[in-house]
Amino acid sequence: MSSTSSVSSLHSRPNPVVAMLEWFGELGSFVWTVLRTAVIPPFQTAEFVRQLDEIGAKSLPLVALAGSSIGVVLALETRYSLVRFGAKTLLPTTIVFAIVTEMSPIITGLVVSGRVGAGIGAELAAMKVTEQIDAIEASAVDPHKLLAATRIAACIVALPLLTLAASFFGIIFGWITATLMEPITLARFIDAGFKNAGFKDFLAPTFKTCVYGLIIGAVASFQGMRARGGAEGVGSSATTSVVLSSLFLILSDVVLVKLIQILFP
Amino acid sequence: MQASQENKTAKVGGIDDDKPAIDVRHVTKSFGKQCVLDGVSFQVKRGETLAVLGRSGTGKSVLLRIIIGLQTPDSGEALILGKNMSSASAGEISEVRTQMGFLFQHAALYDSLTVEENVAFPLVHHRHDMSQSEKQERVKELLHEVGLDGHQDKMPSDISGGMQKRVGLARALALDPLILLLDEPTAGLDPISSGEIDELVLKLQQEHRLASIVVTHDMVSAKTIATRIALMDKGKVVIEGTFEDLQKSDEEFVSQFLHRDF
Repeated sequence: MSSTSSVSSLHSRPNPVVAMLEWFGELGSFVWTVLRTAVIPPFQTAEFVRQLDEIGAKSLPLVALAGSSIGVVLALETRYSLVRFGAKTLLPTTIVFAIVTEMSPIITGLVVSGRVGAGIGAELAAMKVTEQIDAIEASAVDPHKLLAATRIAACIVALPLLTLAASFFGIIFGWITATLMEPITLARFIDAGFKNAGFKDFLAPTFKTCVYGLIIGAVASFQGMRARGGAEGVGSSATTSVVLSSLFLILSDVVLVKLIQILFP
Repeated sequence: MQASQENKTAKVGGIDDDKPAIDVRHVTKSFGKQCVLDGVSFQVKRGETLAVLGRSGTGKSVLLRIIIGLQTPDSGEALILGKNMSSASAGEISEVRTQMGFLFQHAALYDSLTVEENVAFPLVHHRHDMSQSEKQERVKELLHEVGLDGHQDKMPSDISGGMQKRVGLARALALDPLILLLDEPTAGLDPISSGEIDELVLKLQQEHRLASIVVTHDMVSAKTIATRIALMDKGKVVIEGTFEDLQKSDEEFVSQFLHRDF
């Protein structure tokens, strides 16, 4: 009887709905703890700057490459469609608007989620399973403040800057592609592209990536700092950090796009 | 250094030599249905070293984690320098922790920092009154104390297990603690390195008059460095006393433990 119950308890799985609700509850509690500790001095400025370099500067080449590719693809695809509908003159506007309002923010978010989310998840998980996080706490230093708050803040600051870089490279490579097919000066391309656009058209989509930064930083830090086990736990944290932050990033985009349309009609 | 130790003693609730720096009272802790600590009580005063021995899985490391506040007991309390680590505020726990040094079982060095940066970590975060050069000097002094002169620029992965334990010990001593907690300081080390660590702990003990708890499986080490030994089985302290007291005991478990090593 007892052996049967012990075997069944070994194989028992928690209800997935309950497990999901628990996960969200723990994530909320984690973010609240991080926010609470982050606003109390002394601030971990040196670690924040280090993370800004790690997350921001070191992601720049990848983001620039992704932005450039998007610019090229958009120019090729939209030109073909616009020529078919006799609206070829709208090519610069289409490229600029598509890149700045949606393509650049989401691509930057996904690229950073892949690179940085996995990095934060794996690094913090490795620190957790080797008791380094406990050692930080035993040294009377709050690991939420030193490790999580600095990484989340760096993600929030870096994402809009990287998005601007992706937009820049996207527009430039969109122009290069367009001019290779039908010569147009950069000045004319830019002038036509931004002709009907206001500052608010670009501000809100760029700054919505702060929310992406919060999602990437918070999910990856949370997954890393709750890791268990050895190498398997580290691998699992890295994977789930990328998968969950990418998923939440795309889902949040749906809400943010509608919100921007309501707030900035 | 002696003066700074006395100042600290006065600061933390007037703990003097007569009062216990560590006062563990009826602590119980379970994980699921497994009870790892079952009403454990003991006291450690300054200048005393208590060695906690017992079979694997008897909750010795959990006991250290409760003392430093990394885990909370299900019942009972751990009073450290007069503060209850389960109910004290975050600020009070932080203050108590600055006066405790903890050597983890696997040293738990920060693998992205050099040996020097590891030892300097507590100083960087707590000694804002010290200049950069004073901190460097203090780190140099600590590394000399643990016999690691000239190794400050190495990464933890580039040094041996014994050296990692020494670095961990130097980091634990960085803030001149009143309390030192050592989780299996000689585990996984060869007999010569174990002996060196024991001598080092004994030397530090005598120089700094710390209240120490050493969790170990190593009876030779316990006999060398401890003033008292607590033997644990099934979450309880079976016997607590000097090594001679343990030798006189009629308890079968105590006898088994002693004769495994001697």
